[in-house]
Amino acid sequence: MTIVNQEMLPELPPPPALARKWSGQRIAGTTLMTIWIVSAALMVAWLFTAWNPEFMQRYAPRYLNGLMVTLELVGKSIVLGAIISLPLAFMRMSSNSVLSMIAYAYVYFFRGTPLIAQLFLIYYGFGSFRTELEAIGLWGFFRDAWNCALFAFTLNTAAYQAEILRGALESVPKGQWEGGRALGLNDITIFRKIIMPQAMIVALRPYGNEIILMIKGSAIVAIVTVFDLMGETRRAYSRTFDFQTYIYAAILYLIIVEALRNIWNRLEARLTRHLKR
Amino acid sequence: MPRRFRIAHYWGVHLSGWELIGFGDTGWGDEIALGLLVTISLSLATLPVGLFIGFMIALAKQSSEKSLRIAADIYTTIFRGLPELLTIFMVYFGLQIGISNIARAIGFESGVEINAFLAGMIALALVFSSYSSEVLLSAFRAIPQGQYEGGYALGMGRAQTMFKIILPQLIRIALPGLGNLWMILIKDTALISVIGLADIMRQTGIAARVTKEAFLFFGIACMLFLVLAVLSSIVFSRIEKAAKRAEQR
Repeated sequence: MTIVNQEMLPELPPPPALARKWSGQRIAGTTLMTIWIVSAALMVAWLFTAWNPEFMQRYAPRYLNGLMVTLELVGKSIVLGAIISLPLAFMRMSSNSVLSMIAYAYVYFFRGTPLIAQLFLIYYGFGSFRTELEAIGLWGFFRDAWNCALFAFTLNTAAYQAEILRGALESVPKGQWEGGRALGLNDITIFRKIIMPQAMIVALRPYGNEIILMIKGSAIVAIVTVFDLMGETRRAYSRTFDFQTYIYAAILYLIIVEALRNIWNRLEARLTRHLKR
Repeated sequence: MPRRFRIAHYWGVHLSGWELIGFGDTGWGDEIALGLLVTISLSLATLPVGLFIGFMIALAKQSSEKSLRIAADIYTTIFRGLPELLTIFMVYFGLQIGISNIARAIGFESGVEINAFLAGMIALALVFSSYSSEVLLSAFRAIPQGQYEGGYALGMGRAQTMFKIILPQLIRIALPGLGNLWMILIKDTALISVIGLADIMRQTGIAARVTKEAFLFFGIACMLFLVLAVLSSIVFSRIEKAAKRAEQR
């Protein structure tokens, strides 16, 4: 019987990590990161040295006010646009070629022209029809820049949302309708309980993108004298000629957009958890 | 302002819509046509710059080097999150302040005027490149790894594989997305009018203010943008067809 040597070799330290080579990519990445970090540090340092309590006291409430105006404008136009987009999407999918042509022309017009041109067409252009508008009592509405912006944004987002909705509804297979009918459900119930929930999951991401696009696009109302976040920024800059006015606006916009993007990602993960395996 | 229009305006002569948009002395047709030309040239000038930067950013985003990926992500987060109008103002005023500071440091005291076309081109290229990097990145991901390996197996270098094997397939996959971005780019050029570029929006805006026919002229602006959109979609479907000719049997 041999005696097995119970003694084992002492544990060796792990081999030293391989030194990462300074490849071209690593040099480029480090350089670019250094540039970002240095410029961010410079910006923060500059904002500190340029810190002016008087400026803050004067403009911080206005910025917040402007932010609320932006959010209110976007929120209202998204909701109103969603309401208009529903019949529009159905017209677009309709087998009646006249109806679908009208919806197609509407969508093509609002998606093919810049939002700023649409806003000008309504805000300045409707002034050409002042007597007619006064006759039907709508002049009071269209004289106000805020109302014109809301009107233009609603029509614009309705066109985009109609396309999102149409794509989502068409992505639901026909068999879902047939299955509903086989269960003896009527069309409205099938649409509400079977088609819509499935379509909304497809539409979720494009809707989120549309809201972000509207928040960014809403900055143009500043040009027609609505004091949203951009409008307050422009007013502050025209009085102080201080570039930090734009920096603060940029930070605020980035915060809203990034927050919305993260909320939307969470929402999507939550709503599609039954699809994950 | 057109000369004969000024005279007619002075004498209180009312010109009809067709006379207003006509070419020559009576109408604003030639001014607006010039604006159309500016809009088209700005879009065409921005496209290659934005595509090139976007391509570089897309390469950085799929790099194995983490710092490069993060640097590229910061870039797209900033320029996709900022409103286009704010980017334009920041580039315009930032350049103005920066250059006049440098000029003052060197010893020039005169005010600096930034070219609106150049500022607009830079701002739009920043926005376009951050969006196109996403399109190109997803196109890169659609190309199987074996395509690179095939190139290396044939003895091609990295650059040669990229240009001869990957890029032709990449363009084909990315074309629809890039077509959408091109449409957005054309529409975004309308924003450059706010820093004084004499594009479609500005020229029709001047005409609208002088003639008090705002609906007519902004309607014309919309129609011109629609025409550009239709033309672009025709051109793009041609290009897509040409790019796909290898797939058809």
